[in-house]
Amino acid sequence: MSEIVDSKIITCIGCPKGCQVKVSKFKNGNIEAEGYSCKHGKEYAIQEYIDPRRVLTTTIIVKNGILPLIPVRSNQPLPKNKLFECMKEIANIKVPAPIKMGDVLIKNILGLNVDIIASRDLESKIN
Amino acid sequence: MKTYITDIAIIGGGPAGLAAAISAYENGVNVLLIERDFELGGILPQCIHNGFGLGIFDEELTGPEFAQRYINKVIEYKIPIMLNTMVLEIRPNKNILAVNKNEGAILVKPKAIILAMGCRERTRGNIRIPGTRPAGIYTAGLAQRLVNIEGLMPGKKFVILGSGDIGMIMARRLTLEGAEVKAVIEILPYTSGLIRNKVQCLDDFGIPLLLQHTIIEIKGKDRVESVVVSKVDENWEPIKGSEKSFECDTLLLSVGLIPENELSKTAGVELDPKTRGPIINNYFQTNVEGIFACGNVLHVNDLVDNVASEGTLTGEIAAKFIKKIIKIDKNFVQLLCGRNIGYVLPQKVNKTAFKNSVRFYMRVKKPENNVYINFKVNDKLIYKKFERFARPSEMLIIDLPKQDILIDNNILIEVIPKEKKSEN
Repeated sequence: MSEIVDSKIITCIGCPKGCQVKVSKFKNGNIEAEGYSCKHGKEYAIQEYIDPRRVLTTTIIVKNGILPLIPVRSNQPLPKNKLFECMKEIANIKVPAPIKMGDVLIKNILGLNVDIIASRDLESKIN
Repeated sequence: MKTYITDIAIIGGGPAGLAAAISAYENGVNVLLIERDFELGGILPQCIHNGFGLGIFDEELTGPEFAQRYINKVIEYKIPIMLNTMVLEIRPNKNILAVNKNEGAILVKPKAIILAMGCRERTRGNIRIPGTRPAGIYTAGLAQRLVNIEGLMPGKKFVILGSGDIGMIMARRLTLEGAEVKAVIEILPYTSGLIRNKVQCLDDFGIPLLLQHTIIEIKGKDRVESVVVSKVDENWEPIKGSEKSFECDTLLLSVGLIPENELSKTAGVELDPKTRGPIINNYFQTNVEGIFACGNVLHVNDLVDNVASEGTLTGEIAAKFIKKIIKIDKNFVQLLCGRNIGYVLPQKVNKTAFKNSVRFYMRVKKPENNVYINFKVNDKLIYKKFERFARPSEMLIIDLPKQDILIDNNILIEVIPKEKKSEN
């Protein structure tokens, strides 16, 4: 048996049981999980250990819109440790109305191969 | 006074009202959708996080996206909408008195009404937190509106009372926007929201969750300066000597929702003290003939998908009621809440309905694992369903299969742990 070099407890989010799954990395590079009660829990915990990702949802400032902000989301999950960097990038941007749901407002944010897209339609303000 | 005539008037343009309007229209009747805000969508436009729509669209959407799909359908069908219009009163003859800026007072005369007014948040007054009355105390939903719609940050250092989903989601949102969330305080021994939200909103950002704690005092003269948090015993009484002070400038309250039924009362609609929403039959009809109710005005749901499904069903039923395809007789049996059942909907069911499967919505009072949900008539078990997890935060939807025998007496629903025998 190879030596454990790192381990982490991950709470499974698959169901209300919330299993505490222990994921361990061995010296030989193997990654193993224990404490799960189903295969979803095992898969989730290992994925979460190797590469935790989250969908980012936030808002972008709108110029000349009927509302001052447009809600947006990443079109796919992005690395968890990049959330704050993305927030900073998004804070520097203003987009003009009108906007349609699904419009790409930031393409390939931080080179992560993830786009930031609009979550709704937003009309321009009638002056 | 300007008068409008329609088949069905729907009060409230959130997910319940939108879904009801679309479904009533698809069932061939005229619809008028009345909304007090400047746009449709209800609370969804400010719920910018994802996790909506898995039940209906089988994909994860944000709140605005979920709403937009329904709004697009309403626009496509050219369903008449009245925005910025506040309903003041529903008269028992089903006439609706409303006001808006362009027309002043108006009267709507429908053949049927669907109540879809949703719910509102409980406030500091509802939970009686002692202390001074400084600025900086918000409900979580109001803070959500300020941050997500209006672009205003209500504070810099937050404490959140209540671990419901809105509270936890706001903890993440405020943290991402650069605020510091000191702690989320929960009086119960478990979070009242989803585990997923505890992990992704609190654990991800290292925000402490203090279970079996509550706020016993708010301090500050002009602005909140700190809150005093205390551990509580099993009777929710603060334990002396366990007090801790948290320095903060803002306190958010995420302490529950109440169905908004002031209008229902003006129409003479009877309310259930357990749900605080109308008492309905299996046709989503209230005690007033031709007045229906769906969504959070009826009972506070945990998923928007359920709200919209109820709306869809109610819209169809109300349309069929007007077209006299459905006739509702007065032969009802009542549903009674037994062991560990907090509430059940519908509260009464037409006897003839049991020839088909009947859907029940219910919530348990306290969490239990591995239980049977028993349906009993005259002390006899007619149906039981096994549930691995029964939690107050997750509504149970149970379809009672069609019954071959006549159900002629009230039905008792109870939660019984698997090991134990039924006690009654």
